[in-house]
Amino acid sequence: MNFILDYFEKIGFYILYLINELGSLIIYIWNCILSLFRYSINIDNLFDQMVFIGVDSFFIIGLTGLFVGMVLSLQAYYAAKIVGVTYMIGPTVALSMTRELGPVLTALMITARCGSSMASEIGTMKISEQIDALEVMSVDPYYFLSMPRIIASMIMLPILSIVSSLIGILGGYVVYKFFLGLNGTVFVDMIYKYMKLSDIYNGLIKAVVFGIILATISTYKGYEASGGSKGVGRVTTQAVVLSSIYILFADYILTSILF
Amino acid sequence: MIILENIDKSFKGLKVLDNLNISFEDKKITVVIGRSGEGKSVMLKHIVGLIKPDSGRVLFNDIDLNTINKKELNELRKKFGMVFQDGALFDSINIFENIAFPLRQHLKLSEGDIIKKVMSGLNDVGLSGIELKMPSELSGGMRKRVAVARAMILEPEIVLFDEPTTGLDPIMSDVINNLIISTQKQLKYTGIIISHDIEGAYKTADIIAMLYKGAIIETGSAEKFKKSDNPVVKQFVTGSMVGPIVI
Ligand SMILES: Nc1ncnc2c1ncn2[C@@H]1O[C@H](COP(=O)(O)OP(=O)(O)OP(=O)(O)O)[C@@H](O)[C@H]1O
Ligand SMILES: [Mg+2]
Repeated sequence: MNFILDYFEKIGFYILYLINELGSLIIYIWNCILSLFRYSINIDNLFDQMVFIGVDSFFIIGLTGLFVGMVLSLQAYYAAKIVGVTYMIGPTVALSMTRELGPVLTALMITARCGSSMASEIGTMKISEQIDALEVMSVDPYYFLSMPRIIASMIMLPILSIVSSLIGILGGYVVYKFFLGLNGTVFVDMIYKYMKLSDIYNGLIKAVVFGIILATISTYKGYEASGGSKGVGRVTTQAVVLSSIYILFADYILTSILF
Repeated sequence: MIILENIDKSFKGLKVLDNLNISFEDKKITVVIGRSGEGKSVMLKHIVGLIKPDSGRVLFNDIDLNTINKKELNELRKKFGMVFQDGALFDSINIFENIAFPLRQHLKLSEGDIIKKVMSGLNDVGLSGIELKMPSELSGGMRKRVAVARAMILEPEIVLFDEPTTGLDPIMSDVINNLIISTQKQLKYTGIIISHDIEGAYKTADIIAMLYKGAIIETGSAEKFKKSDNPVVKQFVTGSMVGPIVI
Protein backbone atom coordinates (compact mmCIF):
# COMPACT_ATOMS: atom_id res chain seq x y z
CA MET A 1 0.00 0.00 0.00
CA ASN A 2 2.71 2.38 1.07
CA PHE A 3 4.45 2.53 -2.24
CA ILE A 4 1.20 3.55 -3.91
CA LEU A 5 0.81 6.39 -1.43
CA ASP A 6 4.42 7.35 -2.05
CA TYR A 7 3.67 7.42 -5.70
CA PHE A 8 0.73 9.77 -5.33
CA GLU A 9 2.74 11.91 -2.96
CA LYS A 10 5.39 12.25 -5.65
CA ILE A 11 2.81 13.24 -8.24
CA GLY A 12 1.39 15.76 -5.78
CA PHE A 13 4.82 17.24 -5.17
CA TYR A 14 5.47 17.46 -8.87
CA ILE A 15 2.19 19.29 -9.50
CA LEU A 16 2.94 21.70 -6.65
CA TYR A 17 6.37 22.20 -8.12
CA LEU A 18 4.93 23.04 -11.54
CA ILE A 19 2.45 25.50 -10.01
CA ASN A 20 5.20 27.07 -7.93
CA GLU A 21 7.38 27.42 -11.02
CA LEU A 22 4.47 29.00 -12.85
CA GLY A 23 4.17 31.62 -10.09
CA SER A 24 7.81 32.69 -10.21
CA LEU A 25 7.66 32.54 -13.97
CA ILE A 26 4.81 35.05 -14.04
CA ILE A 27 6.84 37.43 -11.86
CA TYR A 28 9.75 36.95 -14.22
CA ILE A 29 7.63 37.69 -17.28
CA TRP A 30 6.30 40.79 -15.55
CA ASN A 31 9.86 42.00 -14.95
CA CYS A 32 10.77 41.34 -18.57
CA ILE A 33 7.76 43.27 -19.82
CA LEU A 34 8.59 46.15 -17.46
CA SER A 35 12.09 46.25 -18.88
CA LEU A 36 10.56 46.78 -22.32
CA PHE A 37 8.95 49.99 -21.14
CA ARG A 38 12.09 51.24 -19.46
CA TYR A 39 14.44 50.76 -22.37
CA SER A 40 14.13 50.17 -26.05
CA ILE A 41 15.11 46.69 -27.12
CA ASN A 42 18.81 46.07 -27.73
CA ILE A 43 18.92 45.69 -31.52
CA ASP A 44 22.40 44.16 -31.76
CA ASN A 45 21.56 41.42 -29.31
CA LEU A 46 18.19 40.84 -30.95
CA PHE A 47 19.83 40.43 -34.31
CA ASP A 48 22.47 38.02 -32.96
CA GLN A 49 19.77 35.92 -31.40
CA MET A 50 17.64 35.90 -34.53
CA VAL A 51 20.58 34.54 -36.45
CA PHE A 52 21.32 31.97 -33.77
CA ILE A 53 17.74 30.78 -33.33
CA GLY A 54 16.60 31.20 -36.90
CA VAL A 55 19.23 31.12 -39.59
CA ASP A 56 21.51 28.62 -37.88
CA SER A 57 18.59 26.27 -37.24
CA PHE A 58 17.25 26.09 -40.80
CA PHE A 59 19.12 22.95 -41.69
CA ILE A 60 18.15 20.91 -38.66
CA ILE A 61 14.55 22.09 -38.83
CA GLY A 62 14.35 21.31 -42.55
CA LEU A 63 15.80 17.87 -41.97
CA THR A 64 13.30 17.03 -39.21
CA GLY A 65 10.43 18.34 -41.31
CA LEU A 66 11.55 16.28 -44.30
CA PHE A 67 11.68 12.98 -42.43
CA VAL A 68 8.46 13.57 -40.55
CA GLY A 69 6.62 14.43 -43.77
CA MET A 70 7.98 11.32 -45.47
CA VAL A 71 7.03 9.07 -42.58
CA LEU A 72 3.56 10.63 -42.40
CA SER A 73 2.96 9.94 -46.07
CA LEU A 74 4.04 6.35 -45.65
CA GLN A 75 1.98 5.75 -42.51
CA ALA A 76 -1.09 7.39 -44.01
CA TYR A 77 -0.71 5.14 -47.01
CA TYR A 78 -1.04 1.94 -44.93
CA ALA A 79 -4.27 3.16 -43.39
CA ALA A 80 -5.73 4.82 -46.49
CA LYS A 81 -5.04 1.81 -48.69
CA ILE A 82 -7.33 -0.38 -46.58
CA VAL A 83 -10.37 1.80 -47.12
CA GLY A 84 -9.25 2.88 -50.57
CA VAL A 85 -8.85 6.61 -49.90
CA THR A 86 -5.21 7.09 -50.85
CA TYR A 87 -6.18 10.45 -52.41
CA MET A 88 -6.54 11.72 -48.84
CA ILE A 89 -2.84 11.26 -48.07
CA GLY A 90 -1.97 14.75 -49.33
CA PRO A 91 -4.37 16.62 -47.01
CA THR A 92 -3.43 14.31 -44.14
CA VAL A 93 0.24 15.18 -44.48
CA ALA A 94 -0.38 18.88 -45.12
CA LEU A 95 -2.85 19.39 -42.29
CA SER A 96 -0.77 17.41 -39.79
CA MET A 97 2.28 19.43 -40.66
CA THR A 98 0.77 22.92 -40.64
CA ARG A 99 -1.61 22.50 -37.74
CA GLU A 100 0.40 20.31 -35.44
CA LEU A 101 3.75 18.82 -36.27
CA GLY A 102 5.35 21.84 -37.89
CA PRO A 103 4.94 24.10 -34.85
CA VAL A 104 5.38 21.42 -32.19
CA LEU A 105 8.40 19.71 -33.68
CA THR A 106 10.05 23.02 -34.46
CA ALA A 107 9.45 24.19 -30.90
CA LEU A 108 10.84 20.99 -29.41
CA MET A 109 13.89 21.04 -31.66
CA ILE A 110 14.58 24.70 -30.91
CA THR A 111 14.14 24.00 -27.21
CA ALA A 112 16.78 21.31 -27.46
CA ARG A 113 19.08 23.37 -29.64
CA CYS A 114 18.65 26.94 -28.39
CA GLY A 115 16.69 26.76 -25.14
CA SER A 116 19.41 24.62 -23.61
CA SER A 117 22.09 27.03 -24.66
CA MET A 118 20.13 30.04 -23.38
CA ALA A 119 19.83 28.41 -19.97
CA SER A 120 23.45 27.33 -19.80
CA GLU A 121 24.78 30.63 -21.11
CA ILE A 122 22.83 32.73 -18.64
CA GLY A 123 23.48 30.14 -15.92
CA THR A 124 27.23 30.40 -16.44
CA MET A 125 27.01 34.17 -16.38
CA LYS A 126 25.08 33.93 -13.16
CA ILE A 127 27.53 31.72 -11.30
CA SER A 128 30.57 33.64 -12.53
CA GLU A 129 29.06 36.91 -11.28
CA GLN A 130 28.67 38.35 -14.77
CA ILE A 131 24.99 39.00 -14.08
CA ASP A 132 25.99 40.83 -10.89
CA ALA A 133 28.48 42.82 -12.93
CA LEU A 134 25.74 43.79 -15.38
CA GLU A 135 23.54 44.92 -12.53
CA VAL A 136 26.25 47.00 -10.93
CA MET A 137 26.76 48.67 -14.31
CA SER A 138 23.03 49.53 -14.22
CA VAL A 139 22.34 47.29 -17.18
CA ASP A 140 19.11 45.42 -16.63
CA PRO A 141 19.82 41.75 -17.44
CA TYR A 142 16.17 41.26 -18.41
CA TYR A 143 16.51 43.95 -21.00
CA PHE A 144 19.98 42.96 -22.08
CA LEU A 145 19.82 39.16 -22.02
CA SER A 146 16.21 37.99 -21.77
CA MET A 147 14.18 40.21 -24.05
CA PRO A 148 16.36 39.83 -27.17
CA ARG A 149 16.12 36.05 -26.80
CA ILE A 150 12.40 36.00 -26.17
CA ILE A 151 11.57 38.35 -29.01
CA ALA A 152 13.94 36.64 -31.44
CA SER A 153 12.39 33.30 -30.58
CA MET A 154 8.90 34.72 -30.99
CA ILE A 155 9.77 36.05 -34.46
CA MET A 156 11.77 33.09 -35.72
CA LEU A 157 9.59 30.20 -34.56
CA PRO A 158 6.75 30.86 -37.03
CA ILE A 159 9.24 31.23 -39.86
CA LEU A 160 10.95 27.97 -38.95
CA SER A 161 7.59 26.34 -38.51
CA ILE A 162 6.62 27.30 -42.09
CA VAL A 163 9.92 25.96 -43.38
CA SER A 164 9.38 22.73 -41.51
CA SER A 165 5.81 22.34 -42.79
CA LEU A 166 6.73 23.13 -46.39
CA ILE A 167 9.64 20.73 -46.49
CA GLY A 168 7.52 18.12 -44.71
CA ILE A 169 4.80 18.40 -47.34
CA LEU A 170 7.47 18.19 -50.01
CA GLY A 171 8.86 15.03 -48.38
CA GLY A 172 5.36 13.59 -48.23
CA TYR A 173 4.91 14.38 -51.91
CA VAL A 174 8.18 12.70 -52.87
CA VAL A 175 7.22 9.52 -51.03
CA TYR A 176 3.70 9.65 -52.49
CA LYS A 177 4.81 10.08 -56.05
CA PHE A 178 8.13 8.28 -56.27
CA PHE A 179 8.11 5.55 -53.61
CA LEU A 180 4.41 4.72 -53.57
CA GLY A 181 4.06 5.46 -57.27
CA LEU A 182 0.78 7.35 -56.91
CA ASN A 183 -0.42 10.35 -58.91
CA GLY A 184 1.30 13.48 -57.65
CA THR A 185 -1.31 15.84 -59.07
CA VAL A 186 -3.95 14.29 -56.84
CA PHE A 187 -1.72 14.92 -53.81
CA VAL A 188 -1.52 18.63 -54.60
CA ASP A 189 -5.12 19.08 -55.74
CA MET A 190 -6.51 17.46 -52.63
CA ILE A 191 -4.39 19.72 -50.42
CA TYR A 192 -5.89 22.75 -52.18
CA LYS A 193 -9.34 21.31 -51.73
CA TYR A 194 -9.12 20.50 -48.02
CA MET A 195 -6.69 22.98 -46.52
CA LYS A 196 -7.99 26.33 -45.33
CA LEU A 197 -6.02 29.49 -44.76
CA SER A 198 -6.95 29.29 -41.08
CA ASP A 199 -5.06 25.99 -40.80
CA ILE A 200 -1.90 27.86 -41.69
CA TYR A 201 -2.29 30.91 -39.52
CA ASN A 202 -3.55 28.98 -36.54
CA GLY A 203 -0.40 26.89 -36.83
CA LEU A 204 1.59 30.11 -36.88
CA ILE A 205 -0.17 31.40 -33.77
CA LYS A 206 0.89 28.21 -32.05
CA ALA A 207 4.48 28.71 -33.19
CA VAL A 208 4.53 32.26 -31.81
CA VAL A 209 3.22 31.09 -28.44
CA PHE A 210 5.69 28.18 -28.32
CA GLY A 211 8.52 30.55 -29.16
CA ILE A 212 7.62 32.80 -26.26
CA ILE A 213 7.26 29.84 -23.91
CA LEU A 214 10.56 28.18 -24.72
CA ALA A 215 12.66 31.33 -24.58
CA THR A 216 10.97 32.65 -21.45
CA ILE A 217 11.40 29.43 -19.52
CA SER A 218 14.93 28.82 -20.75
CA THR A 219 16.20 32.28 -19.87
CA TYR A 220 14.33 32.26 -16.57
CA LYS A 221 15.94 28.95 -15.62
CA GLY A 222 19.38 30.39 -16.37
CA TYR A 223 19.04 32.96 -13.60
CA GLU A 224 18.22 30.19 -11.14
CA ALA A 225 21.63 28.59 -11.52
CA SER A 226 23.69 28.36 -8.38
CA GLY A 227 26.69 26.39 -7.24
CA GLY A 228 29.05 25.38 -9.98
CA SER A 229 29.01 23.59 -13.30
CA LYS A 230 26.62 21.06 -11.81
CA GLY A 231 24.17 23.86 -11.05
CA VAL A 232 24.35 25.04 -14.65
CA GLY A 233 23.77 21.49 -15.88
CA ARG A 234 20.78 21.13 -13.61
CA VAL A 235 19.03 24.31 -14.77
CA THR A 236 19.75 23.42 -18.39
CA THR A 237 18.01 20.08 -17.99
CA GLN A 238 15.13 21.74 -16.17
CA ALA A 239 14.85 24.35 -18.91
CA VAL A 240 14.50 21.73 -21.63
CA VAL A 241 12.12 19.50 -19.66
CA LEU A 242 9.90 22.32 -18.41
CA SER A 243 9.79 24.06 -21.79
CA SER A 244 8.78 20.81 -23.48
CA ILE A 245 6.06 20.12 -20.95
CA TYR A 246 4.65 23.63 -21.20
CA ILE A 247 4.81 23.52 -24.99
CA LEU A 248 2.83 20.29 -25.16
CA PHE A 249 0.39 21.58 -22.58
CA ALA A 250 -0.07 24.84 -24.47
CA ASP A 251 -0.48 22.85 -27.67
CA TYR A 252 -3.47 21.04 -26.23
CA ILE A 253 -5.04 24.26 -24.94
CA LEU A 254 -4.46 26.11 -28.22
CA THR A 255 -5.74 23.26 -30.33
CA SER A 256 -8.96 23.15 -28.36
CA ILE A 257 -9.38 26.93 -28.64
CA LEU A 258 -8.27 27.50 -32.22
CA PHE A 259 -9.62 24.60 -34.24
CA MET B 1 29.13 58.99 2.81
CA ILE B 2 28.25 55.31 2.74
CA ILE B 3 27.12 53.78 5.98
CA LEU B 4 26.43 50.17 6.82
CA GLU B 5 24.28 50.16 9.93
CA ASN B 6 23.71 47.13 12.17
CA ILE B 7 23.93 44.71 9.27
CA ASP B 8 23.10 41.06 9.92
CA LYS B 9 23.45 38.51 7.18
CA SER B 10 23.28 34.73 7.30
CA PHE B 11 23.50 32.10 4.59
CA LYS B 12 21.65 28.89 5.37
CA GLY B 13 22.10 29.33 9.12
CA LEU B 14 25.72 30.44 8.83
CA LYS B 15 26.05 33.90 10.31
CA VAL B 16 28.43 35.87 8.12
CA LEU B 17 27.82 39.47 9.15
CA ASP B 18 26.88 40.03 12.75
CA ASN B 19 25.77 43.55 13.62
CA LEU B 20 28.30 45.12 11.30
CA ASN B 21 28.76 48.89 11.49
CA ILE B 22 31.08 50.84 9.26
CA SER B 23 31.09 54.13 7.42
CA PHE B 24 33.10 55.06 4.37
CA GLU B 25 34.16 58.65 4.08
CA ASP B 26 33.79 60.55 0.83
CA LYS B 27 36.85 60.96 -1.35
CA LYS B 28 38.95 58.77 0.93
CA ILE B 29 40.33 55.30 0.44
CA THR B 30 39.18 52.80 3.01
CA VAL B 31 40.82 49.40 3.02
CA VAL B 32 38.94 46.58 4.71
CA ILE B 33 41.13 43.74 5.81
CA GLY B 34 40.17 40.42 7.28
CA ARG B 35 40.77 36.73 6.99
CA SER B 36 39.60 34.66 4.09
CA GLY B 37 35.95 33.73 4.46
CA GLU B 38 35.18 36.44 7.00
CA GLY B 39 32.55 38.05 4.79
CA LYS B 40 34.46 40.87 3.12
CA SER B 41 33.02 40.20 -0.32
CA VAL B 42 29.56 39.80 1.18
CA MET B 43 29.96 43.19 2.87
CA LEU B 44 31.05 44.80 -0.39
CA LYS B 45 28.03 43.43 -2.25
CA HIS B 46 25.73 44.98 0.34
CA ILE B 47 27.01 48.41 -0.64
CA VAL B 48 25.67 48.14 -4.20
CA GLY B 49 22.55 46.21 -3.24
CA LEU B 50 23.59 42.92 -4.82
CA ILE B 51 22.97 41.29 -1.46
CA LYS B 52 20.22 42.49 0.84
CA PRO B 53 20.80 42.45 4.60
CA ASP B 54 18.64 40.26 6.83
CA SER B 55 18.41 43.27 9.09
CA GLY B 56 20.09 46.66 9.28
CA ARG B 57 20.41 49.42 6.73
CA VAL B 58 22.71 50.47 3.93
CA LEU B 59 22.77 54.25 3.61
CA PHE B 60 24.14 56.16 0.68
CA ASN B 61 24.14 59.89 1.38
CA ASP B 62 21.25 59.26 3.75
CA ILE B 63 19.28 57.29 1.17
CA ASP B 64 18.31 53.86 2.46
CA LEU B 65 18.95 51.37 -0.36
CA ASN B 66 16.02 49.30 0.82
CA THR B 67 13.51 52.08 0.32
CA ILE B 68 14.28 52.94 -3.29
CA ASN B 69 12.90 51.25 -6.38
CA LYS B 70 14.81 49.51 -9.10
CA LYS B 71 15.03 52.52 -11.34
CA GLU B 72 16.43 54.70 -8.57
CA LEU B 73 18.84 51.94 -7.62
CA ASN B 74 20.06 51.80 -11.22
CA GLU B 75 20.58 55.56 -11.24
CA LEU B 76 22.53 55.28 -8.03
CA ARG B 77 24.65 52.42 -9.33
CA LYS B 78 25.85 54.60 -12.18
CA LYS B 79 28.00 56.36 -9.61
CA PHE B 80 29.78 53.09 -8.83
CA GLY B 81 32.52 51.07 -10.40
CA MET B 82 33.23 47.62 -9.07
CA VAL B 83 36.04 45.13 -9.40
CA PHE B 84 34.75 41.68 -8.57
CA GLN B 85 37.00 39.22 -6.81
CA ASP B 86 37.13 36.93 -9.83
CA GLY B 87 36.96 39.74 -12.35
CA ALA B 88 33.49 38.87 -13.66
CA LEU B 89 34.56 39.78 -17.18
CA PHE B 90 31.99 39.00 -19.88
CA ASP B 91 33.43 35.83 -21.32
CA SER B 92 31.67 36.00 -24.67
CA ILE B 93 33.23 39.29 -25.76
CA ASN B 94 36.87 40.31 -26.10
CA ILE B 95 38.87 42.50 -23.74
CA PHE B 96 38.31 45.65 -25.75
CA GLU B 97 34.54 45.19 -25.71
CA ASN B 98 34.62 44.34 -22.01
CA ILE B 99 36.22 47.64 -21.15
CA ALA B 100 34.17 49.54 -23.70
CA PHE B 101 30.95 47.99 -22.38
CA PRO B 102 30.11 50.60 -19.72
CA LEU B 103 30.98 53.37 -22.19
CA ARG B 104 28.69 51.96 -24.85
CA GLN B 105 25.87 51.43 -22.38
CA HIS B 106 25.88 54.80 -20.71
CA LEU B 107 27.62 57.37 -22.90
CA LYS B 108 27.14 58.32 -26.49
CA LEU B 109 30.74 58.54 -27.58
CA SER B 110 32.17 58.31 -31.05
CA GLU B 111 33.98 55.08 -31.86
CA GLY B 112 37.24 57.04 -31.96
CA ASP B 113 36.76 58.34 -28.44
CA ILE B 114 35.88 54.87 -27.20
CA ILE B 115 39.05 53.43 -28.70
CA LYS B 116 41.14 56.21 -27.17
CA LYS B 117 39.66 55.71 -23.72
CA VAL B 118 39.89 51.92 -23.75
CA MET B 119 43.49 51.96 -24.95
CA SER B 120 44.55 54.42 -22.31
CA GLY B 121 42.72 52.38 -19.66
CA LEU B 122 44.52 49.23 -20.75
CA ASN B 123 47.81 51.05 -20.79
CA ASP B 124 47.27 52.18 -17.19
CA VAL B 125 47.04 48.60 -16.00
CA GLY B 126 50.03 47.52 -18.06
CA LEU B 127 48.13 45.50 -20.63
CA SER B 128 48.57 47.25 -23.96
CA GLY B 129 48.17 44.98 -26.93
CA ILE B 130 45.81 42.38 -25.52
CA GLU B 131 42.58 44.09 -26.52
CA LEU B 132 41.60 41.46 -29.07
CA LYS B 133 42.08 38.49 -26.75
CA MET B 134 39.17 36.77 -25.05
CA PRO B 135 38.98 36.71 -21.23
CA SER B 136 39.63 32.94 -21.21
CA GLU B 137 42.98 33.54 -22.91
CA LEU B 138 44.29 35.68 -20.04
CA SER B 139 45.93 34.72 -16.78
CA GLY B 140 44.07 35.32 -13.53
CA GLY B 141 46.13 38.38 -12.74
CA MET B 142 45.60 39.84 -16.20
CA ARG B 143 41.86 39.36 -15.87
CA LYS B 144 41.97 41.16 -12.54
CA ARG B 145 43.71 44.11 -14.14
CA VAL B 146 41.22 44.22 -17.00
CA ALA B 147 38.48 44.27 -14.36
CA VAL B 148 40.21 47.23 -12.71
CA ALA B 149 40.37 49.05 -16.04
CA ARG B 150 36.68 48.32 -16.72
CA ALA B 151 35.60 49.53 -13.27
CA MET B 152 37.42 52.84 -13.69
CA ILE B 153 36.53 53.59 -17.30
CA LEU B 154 33.49 55.74 -16.48
CA GLU B 155 35.47 57.64 -13.83
CA PRO B 156 32.93 56.77 -11.14
CA GLU B 157 32.43 58.61 -7.88
CA ILE B 158 32.91 55.46 -5.85
CA VAL B 159 35.05 52.49 -6.78
CA LEU B 160 34.81 49.16 -4.99
CA PHE B 161 37.78 46.85 -5.34
CA ASP B 162 37.49 43.26 -4.17
CA GLU B 163 41.10 42.21 -3.69
CA PRO B 164 42.57 44.11 -6.64
CA THR B 165 46.08 42.84 -6.02
CA THR B 166 45.49 39.25 -4.99
CA GLY B 167 47.10 36.93 -7.49
CA LEU B 168 49.42 39.58 -8.91
CA ASP B 169 53.18 39.46 -8.67
CA PRO B 170 54.72 41.98 -6.23
CA ILE B 171 55.70 44.39 -8.97
CA MET B 172 52.28 44.33 -10.60
CA SER B 173 50.67 44.70 -7.16
CA ASP B 174 52.64 47.86 -6.72
CA VAL B 175 51.61 49.11 -10.15
CA ILE B 176 47.95 48.57 -9.28
CA ASN B 177 48.31 50.12 -5.83
CA ASN B 178 49.97 53.14 -7.39
CA LEU B 179 47.29 53.32 -10.04
CA ILE B 180 44.64 53.36 -7.33
CA ILE B 181 46.45 56.08 -5.43
CA SER B 182 47.18 58.27 -8.44
CA THR B 183 43.75 58.01 -10.01
CA GLN B 184 42.22 58.70 -6.63
CA LYS B 185 44.29 61.87 -6.30
CA GLN B 186 43.25 62.89 -9.77
CA LEU B 187 39.57 61.92 -9.80
CA LYS B 188 38.90 62.17 -6.06
CA TYR B 189 36.72 59.10 -5.95
CA THR B 190 35.72 57.30 -2.80
CA GLY B 191 37.67 54.05 -2.78
CA ILE B 192 36.67 50.94 -0.89
CA ILE B 193 39.25 48.21 -1.14
CA ILE B 194 39.11 44.68 0.19
CA SER B 195 42.52 43.22 0.79
CA HIS B 196 44.61 40.74 2.71
CA ASP B 197 47.73 42.51 1.67
CA ILE B 198 48.67 44.45 4.76
CA GLU B 199 51.65 46.26 3.24
CA GLY B 200 49.54 47.39 0.31
CA ALA B 201 46.88 48.55 2.75
CA TYR B 202 49.38 50.69 4.65
CA LYS B 203 50.39 52.25 1.40
CA THR B 204 47.00 52.97 -0.18
CA ALA B 205 44.66 53.49 2.74
CA ASP B 206 43.53 56.70 4.34
CA ILE B 207 41.58 54.52 6.72
CA ILE B 208 41.94 50.83 7.48
CA ALA B 209 39.15 48.72 8.97
CA MET B 210 39.40 45.16 10.12
CA LEU B 211 36.54 42.69 9.79
CA TYR B 212 36.55 39.86 12.28
CA LYS B 213 33.75 37.45 13.19
CA GLY B 214 31.21 39.42 11.18
CA ALA B 215 31.90 42.82 12.68
CA ILE B 216 34.41 45.65 12.41
CA ILE B 217 36.77 45.38 15.35
CA GLU B 218 39.10 48.26 14.60
CA THR B 219 39.24 51.28 12.30
CA GLY B 220 41.85 53.97 11.94
CA SER B 221 44.95 55.13 10.14
CA ALA B 222 47.82 52.88 9.16
CA GLU B 223 49.78 54.27 12.11
CA LYS B 224 47.02 53.27 14.48
CA PHE B 225 46.99 49.75 13.06
CA LYS B 226 50.72 49.34 13.38
CA LYS B 227 50.54 50.26 17.03
CA SER B 228 47.27 48.52 17.84
CA ASP B 229 46.92 46.82 21.21
CA ASN B 230 44.09 44.63 20.03
CA PRO B 231 45.60 41.11 20.04
CA VAL B 232 43.49 40.04 17.05
CA VAL B 233 44.66 42.99 14.95
CA LYS B 234 48.21 42.49 16.13
CA GLN B 235 48.17 38.85 15.11
CA PHE B 236 46.69 39.66 11.69
CA VAL B 237 49.07 42.47 10.78
CA THR B 238 52.11 40.51 11.85
CA GLY B 239 50.78 37.41 10.11
CA SER B 240 51.44 35.20 13.07
CA MET B 241 50.07 31.75 13.78
CA VAL B 242 50.08 32.41 17.49
CA GLY B 243 47.35 34.54 18.99
CA PRO B 244 43.65 34.72 19.72
CA ILE B 245 42.53 33.89 16.15
CA VAL B 246 41.86 30.17 16.05
CA ILE B 247 42.82 28.52 12.81
N1 LIG C 1 25.87 33.26 -2.01
C1 LIG C 1 26.30 32.62 -0.90
N2 LIG C 1 25.64 31.55 -0.45
C2 LIG C 1 26.04 30.91 0.67
N3 LIG C 1 27.11 31.26 1.40
C3 LIG C 1 27.82 32.31 1.00
C4 LIG C 1 27.45 33.05 -0.17
N4 LIG C 1 28.33 34.07 -0.32
C5 LIG C 1 29.21 33.95 0.70
N5 LIG C 1 28.90 32.91 1.50
C6 LIG C 1 29.62 32.50 2.72
O1 LIG C 1 29.90 33.68 3.45
C7 LIG C 1 31.19 33.61 4.01
C8 LIG C 1 31.96 34.84 3.65
O2 LIG C 1 32.21 34.84 2.25
P1 LIG C 1 33.01 36.00 1.54
O3 LIG C 1 33.08 35.65 0.11
O4 LIG C 1 32.42 37.29 1.90
O5 LIG C 1 34.45 35.88 2.21
P2 LIG C 1 35.68 36.83 2.01
O6 LIG C 1 35.92 37.51 3.30
O7 LIG C 1 35.47 37.68 0.83
O8 LIG C 1 36.85 35.78 1.77
P3 LIG C 1 38.04 35.84 0.72
O9 LIG C 1 39.04 36.74 1.28
O10 LIG C 1 38.52 34.44 0.66
O11 LIG C 1 37.47 36.31 -0.55
C9 LIG C 1 31.81 32.32 3.55
O12 LIG C 1 31.74 31.40 4.61
C10 LIG C 1 30.94 31.88 2.41
O13 LIG C 1 30.84 30.47 2.43
MG1 LIG D 1 36.11 37.68 -1.05
